Amino acid sequence: MDAMQKHLLKEVAALDALPVGAYNIRSNGEKAARNTTANIDIVTKDDKPGIDIIIKPGTKNESVHIPVIISQSGLKEVVYNDFFIGEDCDVTIVAGCGISNCGGIGDSRHDGIHSFFVKKNSKVRYIEKHYGEGDGRAKRLMNPTTVVELEEGAVMEMDTSQIGGIDDTLRVTKAKLGENATLLIHDKILTDGDQKATADIQVDMEGDGGSCDIISRGVAKNESYQEVILGITGNAACNGHAECDSIIMDNGVILATPALKAMNVEASLIHEAAIGKIAGDQLNKLMTLGLSEKEAEERIIQGFLR
Amino acid sequence: MLELKNISYSVDDKDILQDINLTIDDRFVAITGPNGSGKSTLIKIIMGLITPTTGRIYLDGQDITDLPINERANLGISYAFQQPVHFKGLRVRDLLELASKDKYDFKAACNILSEVGLCARDYIDRELNSTLSGGEMKRIEIAMTAARGSKLSLFDEPEAGIDLWSFQSLIHIFEKLYAKTSGSIVIISHQERILNIADKIIYLKDGRIEKYAGRDEVLTSIDINLAEPGCSLLTEKGPRQDQNCR
Repeated sequence: MDAMQKHLLKEVAALDALPVGAYNIRSNGEKAARNTTANIDIVTKDDKPGIDIIIKPGTKNESVHIPVIISQSGLKEVVYNDFFIGEDCDVTIVAGCGISNCGGIGDSRHDGIHSFFVKKNSKVRYIEKHYGEGDGRAKRLMNPTTVVELEEGAVMEMDTSQIGGIDDTLRVTKAKLGENATLLIHDKILTDGDQKATADIQVDMEGDGGSCDIISRGVAKNESYQEVILGITGNAACNGHAECDSIIMDNGVILATPALKAMNVEASLIHEAAIGKIAGDQLNKLMTLGLSEKEAEERIIQGFLR
Repeated sequence: MLELKNISYSVDDKDILQDINLTIDDRFVAITGPNGSGKSTLIKIIMGLITPTTGRIYLDGQDITDLPINERANLGISYAFQQPVHFKGLRVRDLLELASKDKYDFKAACNILSEVGLCARDYIDRELNSTLSGGEMKRIEIAMTAARGSKLSLFDEPEAGIDLWSFQSLIHIFEKLYAKTSGSIVIISHQERILNIADKIIYLKDGRIEKYAGRDEVLTSIDINLAEPGCSLLTEKGPRQDQNCR
């Protein structure tokens, strides 16, 4: 792995070296490294690109890293990764994709389709980070799709982010929750220049006692455009909350569409959406602490997208 | 030393401040006066949050009238907002670190938060958002200004909105701040117990300085209505030192 690939690995998965536990590192369309453990198996699919990650029932305090890095200009790929998480697990999954096509002339594109099948009473923490860099001649494109099925009592916490560098993205998340299942989503997007990002998160709550909390935060700078669609359908006695909070700067445009559909009289669904520029009082406060206006702005955005 | 020369400020032909001339070089200076007399505007002009229509401001002989807020802050002016600002995502720790200008030691943060009656363990990683009450935000604001330790600290009604805490604790913070900085502390207040610690009092009325002199002289010569509602909500508990907060 060269210096650029190592740099991308650090950006998307905070890895300086190979991680502890199970991992599969995909680099420029090929398997670069893989490790399995007694409880976590990783198998290459034979019908399409991608892997199956199989986690044995009862696996606790283990992690899986599956970063993808692309440093080859012009590479385009669609990858299917399926996660089968047995009953009573407690695991952390770190995914992410980094593209660097500096100096290249062809667009680079990665479409990752991740499906999670989480069995009864399991707990999954999923961290996904998308990152891009380059000199602007070749585009960097990512279209991640995340499918989540939570069985009875399962809990999934998703922390997903795309902090700059991706020219065009369509981020789709579809989740189905069983009885007493819980889904927490914290999604963050920063767009700059003339980048375009669309996030479409749809949650179907099928079982009684289910709950979901979706928090989406976006910052659109310069001429960039963001569209955020948050939809919750309550088909049972459940609680759903969706919050979409965005900061617009320069000539940025944000379209936020929260949508709630209650199909059961016991469904309790709430949405909140707010779009605005950084408040003058916030800038003033940080300036009274010695930061310049630009530093204050950066600090506010950094905190907002934490 | 702070010097204001011929400071006036008007909005839409309404005079908010008129020809303010004063020098601040004392330990504690209180600014008092009726609502709408221009107290908050005056200290906002000193901090640079408002640009005066006319006049000049000097800090230790340097003309700071045209300097932005952050440059004034870096020259040694601090400001505690009357209504503290909420931030989504920024935590108490983040702002205390900025205020103290270096990596904030947890114990130091604990101490300064304890002085305002908040346990660091409970508050240091709280976001400065609407889940904090007005009183909690106000105490954090005071802690932040105290953490800066500037040679000129400006407090806009620090006691307003704080309940179940004490003047004694607040005064203790001002005294410690002075011991650390040997600078000047300027406090806008209506409260007699705050005015009683002032070396000098500025009494503003209708945008003009009606009186600026030693505490006793101002308190005896001006009929100041000190019986503000809300005094009775404050309780005398003394500085809280939470033993579990170490």
